[in-house]
Amino acid sequence: MRPFALDHAASTAEALQFLDDGATAIAGGTNLVDLMKLQIATPERLVSLRRSGLGDIAQDGEGLRIGALVTNADCAADMQVRENWPLLAKAILAGASPQLRNRATTGGNLCQRTRCGYFYDTSQACNKRDPGSGCAAREGFNRIHAVLGTSDACIATYPGDMAVAMLALEAVVLTQGPSGEREIPIAQFHLPPGDDPARDNVLEAGELITAVRLPAPTGGVQIYRKVRDRASYAFALVSVAVDLTMNEGRIARCALAFGSLGTVPWRDPAVEQVLIGEAPSSALFAKAAEVLLKDAQGFGANDFKIPLAARALAATLNDATRTGKA
Amino acid sequence: MRLPLADMYNTPDERNLLDTMKQGVIGKPLDRPEGPLKVSGTATYSAEWKIDGFVEGVLVLAGIPQGTVKTIHRDPVLAMPGVLAVLADEAMVRRSVQGTAGKAPVQDVHTVDYFAQPVALVVAETFEQARDAALALKVDYDDAQVPVAFDPESPDAEVEQPSDEEPVVGGDLDQAMREAAFSIDVEYHTPGHASAAMEPHATIAYWEDDHLILRGSYQMLAYNVKEIADCLSMPAKKVRIIAPYVGGGFGSKLGITHEAVAAAIAAKALDRPVRVVMTRQQVFQTVMRRSETRQRVRLATDAAGKIIGLGHEAHVSNLPGEDFAEPVTQATEFLYGGENRLLKVEVARICRMTAGSVRAPGEAVGMQVLEAAMDELAEAVGIDPVELRKRNLPGKVPVEGTPYSSRMLVEALEQGAAQFGWDKRKPAPCQTREGDWWIGMGVASAARVNMLTLAEARVTLKADGTALVESDQTDIGTGTYAILGQIAGEMLGLPISQVKVVLGDTSLPPGAGSGGSFGAISTGSAVMRACEAIREKLAKHMESDADELEIRDGMASFDGRERSLVELLDGKDIAEVGSIKPGKTLKDFSQASYGAFFAEVAVHAFTGEVRVRRMTGAFGFGRVLNAKTARSQCLGGMVWGIGSALTEELAFDTRDGHLVNHDLAEYHVPVHADVPALEVILLEERDAAASPLQAKGVGELGICGAAGAIANAVRNACGVRVRSFPLTLDKVLPHLPDPFASAA
Repeated sequence: MRPFALDHAASTAEALQFLDDGATAIAGGTNLVDLMKLQIATPERLVSLRRSGLGDIAQDGEGLRIGALVTNADCAADMQVRENWPLLAKAILAGASPQLRNRATTGGNLCQRTRCGYFYDTSQACNKRDPGSGCAAREGFNRIHAVLGTSDACIATYPGDMAVAMLALEAVVLTQGPSGEREIPIAQFHLPPGDDPARDNVLEAGELITAVRLPAPTGGVQIYRKVRDRASYAFALVSVAVDLTMNEGRIARCALAFGSLGTVPWRDPAVEQVLIGEAPSSALFAKAAEVLLKDAQGFGANDFKIPLAARALAATLNDATRTGKA
Repeated sequence: MRLPLADMYNTPDERNLLDTMKQGVIGKPLDRPEGPLKVSGTATYSAEWKIDGFVEGVLVLAGIPQGTVKTIHRDPVLAMPGVLAVLADEAMVRRSVQGTAGKAPVQDVHTVDYFAQPVALVVAETFEQARDAALALKVDYDDAQVPVAFDPESPDAEVEQPSDEEPVVGGDLDQAMREAAFSIDVEYHTPGHASAAMEPHATIAYWEDDHLILRGSYQMLAYNVKEIADCLSMPAKKVRIIAPYVGGGFGSKLGITHEAVAAAIAAKALDRPVRVVMTRQQVFQTVMRRSETRQRVRLATDAAGKIIGLGHEAHVSNLPGEDFAEPVTQATEFLYGGENRLLKVEVARICRMTAGSVRAPGEAVGMQVLEAAMDELAEAVGIDPVELRKRNLPGKVPVEGTPYSSRMLVEALEQGAAQFGWDKRKPAPCQTREGDWWIGMGVASAARVNMLTLAEARVTLKADGTALVESDQTDIGTGTYAILGQIAGEMLGLPISQVKVVLGDTSLPPGAGSGGSFGAISTGSAVMRACEAIREKLAKHMESDADELEIRDGMASFDGRERSLVELLDGKDIAEVGSIKPGKTLKDFSQASYGAFFAEVAVHAFTGEVRVRRMTGAFGFGRVLNAKTARSQCLGGMVWGIGSALTEELAFDTRDGHLVNHDLAEYHVPVHADVPALEVILLEERDAAASPLQAKGVGELGICGAAGAIANAVRNACGVRVRSFPLTLDKVLPHLPDPFASAA
């Protein structure tokens, strides 16, 4: 690790000032510190947000405003979240370990970087870590990599769970920065790699996530299905977040998001359109999967994610629509 | 190592002394004496010693798979804050040394044998300075000109017969296969494994005049001092290793490795204590791997399901020049019958880090495949898999004709089956569905060779009536402190509170070390012999025969007379060194520990995820020295079995041989949620040929075959037979029945 200076911001305004001066924000540090040890990130100045007053969960009209510094553990344990947006609590609890969730924060989690092994290994080519060096994962061991939204430059996934639930819940990321405040729908927050995979999201230099706003509860059946290599403490191979309402035996409303399938948390309105207004059946689920995966491309070791996603989708919809009838 | 006073174990000791003693501590489920220190974080592990003025070394790893070091750009790094030295000494080691080698491995880090091999050590005042400098060090290489293979299946890989693995050939297997009423001929794959001990490899080295002292994390100190001494061309008697607590080894610390030698050299060069702790990634990348295997199993039976032919051929890998080849067929040699047989191992020479002993070398991967193949055979024959195994236990070891010292395999299969509820298993697959999950059951035998090795220990019966047990034997988390105390307490008639055990220091008599499940019985036998010698002396005072002397709670009695030990000792300590040396019993008898695994799994009908729901293991390994620590060993083995069955796999990039998943986030050992309620049945037996303790090894038994039971349960649950471990969902998924059509 390289030497660095650490400051504590006592307010959001002070944090923004530090960021403006070139500091890198640190909250829980569960990802950033690892990156610093490996010198994948080498910030000379850090500003800790832990005292900056962004740690509250508050009602926001019919919705909920979750401060950027709310820990994953606190968010998942919040009674309002559990009752009205259970999908979010379930997704958070499916990730990491209690120790990590006690430390990791809402804003930090949105910014966590990929788990691509080539990104973390500085002896290997990686356009995300070292733009222009190439992508060693493409023809390497790419079992955990994306099958949707990839580019020639990068096939790494956004690995988290929380953001996948937020995508299905149509959350909005609230930021402050040099050019004022922004409200960014979460569907637009993460950036697919394109030819600039070093950039994970739309945050500008000096811009800070202050909160995430959840819209009014849908009252739908909410399931987060995480498929992984072991029962806990593993990143998803594929995850499915669903928020669905049945009406007279038909799917009246449906929001679906997928994790570890694409380079970013993945949502495809065309998939939902296939389902809405229809009675659930295995044929319908298969049709939805076909639409979801029509452009999917595997790279060898991750080819299985394509049939796996179809089957995980079917299992989740089967579960949600049966529960929804009750 | 000093050769202990010869006490070759040539004849089984049938006196069964431990059962004639009166204290009643042997076998009891006593707590580990050091347990409170460990759970309170106050047991001092290698890297935690506070040695005045120590500085930090960080290894620099090669960024190429093979070649030679041309230039090391030291100067810019030496100018960095706190940096004291950049060392690339010819004595530093390229490879880890194999277990019990007792000599240096391949040295000189100017040549690169595999990707991420250590090529230098950077030393600085603080760890972060050293790590920063290590990452900054620029090294120029000349790439190797010769084409090298990174994949054991590559046509470029040279394939050899290992020098110390003679094939076993008997009768005519091909003919047996042709004439068989039932037969199978299947090929399985197992991946490479990492030891994944919790404590990373760590050494603090310092010199006192020309004596070298290492506080380090190693398994076999008596061998390790010789290895270090050979690396540094110095006499072994001038090397002392202190390792009272070792946070897991699993084979990776049998022999010394990069950090120990580098620390010693740096400490000499700087005349300061040097600590080198390998990072988690470095441990994965450089220390030791279990070879992946490709195994062909052929089984042929007559109409009654009796095996007439057995073939087990394995393809494994290692670096060129390494003697070790994963001994895949080790238990196949003696487990089942069939005089027509062919067992052999071949080794492909490839460019990956050294392959060596990892958790039950041989049986861990050999048994899981053999036992899965046995399940396939049971299906072919159409009989219950438990019955098939019972029908095929030979009276003597096939081909060589050696008798078995003891074997509780039938008892393990029967008692395990009864306890588990095997009778509820439905023989055909896809019969039980609970919601989205298919449920199934599987069985496998357990077998692991038993070894007695050279060991010494000193026992002192102190004038105050307490006892002190001393050896350089390590306790790597297995319970050695507890069991050695129990052996001495039983033999000397002392409650366990009156016995102190001091281990892990080469200034003490050389024990067996921890490895191959032999530490307990070997060093334990030495402790027993020392106690016998003490009893001889006490018996003289009592004018009795030593074996007739009764001692309990510090009171000796014979022929109606009773005297306290304190009185008998009359102010003088009695110190005796006991020893044991393997002898004829090892050749005269086939010695192994046995058992049986029963597993119930759930397979997700949509996604192919496999979860173990419960598991029962029944094990017979001679005398149980401590029912609690023995059970823990079995539990640990079964957990590794779950890992081997479902999750663990070293993923190498076959373009350059580098390890992709080099941390515990991506190398998946089982976590709590993967481990259901495990049940362990300990079958008491006595085996005089195995050791004077009448005990056999148990450390690794719980893994040997466990993964086979899980794979067999997967087949029973959903009809999918996966012949490639681990059974990750991508291998199960394509073969699953339609989840909707088959929904209950």
